[in-house]
Amino acid sequence: MSTTASLVTPPVVEKGTSLWADAFTRLKKNKLAILGGIVVILILFLCFIVTPILGWTGLDANAQDLSNRFANPGQGSVLGTDQLGRDMLMRVLEGGQISLLVALLATLLTATVGIIYGGIAGYVGGRTEAIMMRIVDGLLAMPFLIIVILLRELISAEVEEVGRFFVDNWGFDADLVLRFSNLAPLILAIAAFGWLTMGRIVRSAAASLRRQEFVEAARSLGLPHRRILFRHILPNMLGPVIIYATLTIPAFIMYEATLSFIGLGIEPPNSSWGILIKEGANFLETRPLILLFPAFMFSLTLFAFNFLGDGLRDALDPKSSKD
Amino acid sequence: MLKTILSRLIQTVVVVFALVTFTFFAARAMPGNPFASDKATTPEEQAALEAYYGLDKGPIEQYYNYWKNIILHGDFGDSLSMKGRKVSDLIAESFPISFTLGMTALILGVLIGVPLGVIAALYHNKAIDYIAMVIALAGICIVAFVLGPLFQIFLAKPLSVLNVAGWSRPTDIILPAITLCFGSAAVLARLTRGGMLDVLSQDYIRTARAKGVPPLKIITKHALRPALMPAVTYLGPAFAAIITGSFVVENIFLVPGMGQHFVIGITALDFNLIVALVFFYGILMGIANLLSDLALIFMDPKLRNA
Repeated sequence: MSTTASLVTPPVVEKGTSLWADAFTRLKKNKLAILGGIVVILILFLCFIVTPILGWTGLDANAQDLSNRFANPGQGSVLGTDQLGRDMLMRVLEGGQISLLVALLATLLTATVGIIYGGIAGYVGGRTEAIMMRIVDGLLAMPFLIIVILLRELISAEVEEVGRFFVDNWGFDADLVLRFSNLAPLILAIAAFGWLTMGRIVRSAAASLRRQEFVEAARSLGLPHRRILFRHILPNMLGPVIIYATLTIPAFIMYEATLSFIGLGIEPPNSSWGILIKEGANFLETRPLILLFPAFMFSLTLFAFNFLGDGLRDALDPKSSKD
Repeated sequence: MLKTILSRLIQTVVVVFALVTFTFFAARAMPGNPFASDKATTPEEQAALEAYYGLDKGPIEQYYNYWKNIILHGDFGDSLSMKGRKVSDLIAESFPISFTLGMTALILGVLIGVPLGVIAALYHNKAIDYIAMVIALAGICIVAFVLGPLFQIFLAKPLSVLNVAGWSRPTDIILPAITLCFGSAAVLARLTRGGMLDVLSQDYIRTARAKGVPPLKIITKHALRPALMPAVTYLGPAFAAIITGSFVVENIFLVPGMGQHFVIGITALDFNLIVALVFFYGILMGIANLLSDLALIFMDPKLRNA
């Protein structure tokens, strides 16, 4: 979409404009991407800043009020209440917190692993590269969601063990650790297989950079590998990494919600958009709003991240922006 | 060409073997006990059950027996949660259902996605393009578990022809198949549009235009085949996406397919069922990828000699 506007009419590049300034000029022209970016910031602001503030004022997503079930929006609470009289606004916001937290942390992990693995493969090249990428191909040929389900089940007990260690020895808050140790296996399981495409992208970027003159010049000047990697290769790979990471976040939000929906993801006391949608589906006929609020926020978030990601790709990498 | 097929076959064998081995040990290492939920199990009864299913042996011996039974008897084991049933029977019963549903959805996805992508590319940067691509993105963002319930309430309820859920009448495939097709239709539309835009800017298309070849013929005869390559490459992964997507869709529409078995297998720790399903999914994915490789070779003469 709006894809190659920048291809057809290349922007006037003033002398001395950096890659990033140039990309930002292009991005500003893409209204959908800017809108996506604004919505992303708004949602992050709502979930991570407004929600805790609302929490201090006494709103609680888990406080049940059975005398006030299925309240309509506006009756005491902004979005009404659910089947147990819980405040829908707080439920949707806290669900979003968890959904986003899982996706953001998993993306951070995949980016880290992908950069290291792909960077090494691409920079070293030769036989090592071939073997490393063969492994990635093989892992990519496995059914992603099934592996994630298996891994999550497999490591859940160990993660709980580690959580208990933190509580017992370092005095961490037991409640908080309990909640996080329910998320951690899912995050780790998604990241364990989610980095593969990132690894591929980074590898091809690193491999093409390796052959460029300025890297060869740096090498012939006798600069150490570490300096070449951090000064010349990494900064030039940031573009594809940022693009792909932005597009990974909505995919991970979706995986988390899918798993939670079939009952193999997030568990109470945590709740996420997937859980809320699953619960809401039960009351669809009589109280459609209980489904529609979380479903709307969920879809809006996916839209916003995808628009932003597509726009970033058009702006940072006009050549590859086809789909 | 032979090299491509051979390397894909070797990859499939290695991947499936690794997958089965991993699942075999992972399932046994999961916290819990497959018989813990059974009624009135005393430790003795539990031990007897474990002995009956051969779970009292060491993991390596179990693993050895597992392959021995498959190779010598073609036996993938008994289901631990559904007593008295072979897992191969469970799969044989549910696979045709999942396959029918998945294939219908995939074909629908191609029929919707490819024309949408072609149209979008032809009207590049015009309103139609934007609308088509927003629709495509909607297909990705409004996921099955939002779409499914919405269909149930807004289509199945008013139209008495369609059942809200279940799998008893031939029409019962309609709603789940539509729900399931959206995701792959959307990705196919985006890939087709990208491929088409790429091809349309090539010199030989300009030459054809300059020679006065009718526009429709340029698209069907010259542009479409190379433009579809990215979409065809995606068909392998699309198949996998449809399989896992069917976990959700089967759950919503109460379709008695393989998805429910997998979810039950995991929650009930039915080792044999989990491993057999993963085995089966792995082989299916290998076949899907191989078919997509072959289609690419068939479409691109350059790949034939590679």
